[in-house]
Amino acid sequence: MRKVKPARKLGRTAAHRKATLSNLSTQLLIYKRIETTEAKAKETRRVVEKIITKARKGTHHAQREIFSALRDKDAVRELFEEIVGKIGSRPGGYTRIIKLVPRFGDAAKMAVIELVDYAEAPSAAPVAAKQDRSKRVKGSKKAEAESQEKEGGEAAE
Amino acid sequence: MANPKAKMSKSRRDKRRAQYNARTKAAVTVLCPNCGEPTLPHRACRHCGHYKGRQVTGKIVVA
Repeated sequence: MRKVKPARKLGRTAAHRKATLSNLSTQLLIYKRIETTEAKAKETRRVVEKIITKARKGTHHAQREIFSALRDKDAVRELFEEIVGKIGSRPGGYTRIIKLVPRFGDAAKMAVIELVDYAEAPSAAPVAAKQDRSKRVKGSKKAEAESQEKEGGEAAE
Repeated sequence: MANPKAKMSKSRRDKRRAQYNARTKAAVTVLCPNCGEPTLPHRACRHCGHYKGRQVTGKIVVA
C-alpha cells in the first residue's frame, strides 16, 4: 500500500505550504537565525538541510535546482559563496532548533532555528531590560508622582 | 432512570475541580542560570534569551 511520508501540513494548502517553507528557508540562509513556531521550524529544517546538502555539490545544476525552490538570487548566492565554505566537513545537521517560551496572544510553541556554523557569532541582544510598567506607560500617575518627587528633591537641595 | 441520590455540595464539587488544576496546570519552572529569573525548562529564558550558556535570540552579526 502506498504510504505518505509523515510531514506537517501546517494548516495550509500544498502551494501555500511550499511557499511558506521556501520563504522560511530563504530567510534562514540570509539571516542565519530566524524565530518562528516550533512546527514551522521543524518543517523548515527538513527542507533547508536538503538544500544545503545539495548546494555542497557546487554544480551549476545544483544551483539551478535550488534557485527553482527558493526563487531568491541573494539567498542562493549567500548559500553557495558563504555558507557552503563555512560548513566545512559537517555531515548534515547544519541547523539547530532551540525552543522558546510560548508566544503571547495565542500561546503558540515558538522556537528559533539557526545555522550551527554561524551560531557562535555574537548576537545583538534585542531584549531590553524590562522597565517598571509605571515608567513605560505614558502619563501614568505613578510615573508622574516619581518624577515630581525627583524634581522636588532637586529643588530642595 | 439512574439519578444521583443527593445534591453534590459546592465543597465536594470544588474539591474535585481543585485536583485538576493542582495536577495539570501548575507551571513547572526552573531558575535561569544566567539571570536567575524563573523560566520554563528546556526553553530559552524568557527574560535574557540565554540557553545552554549563550544568547540564542536576536540577530546573528556576521563579521
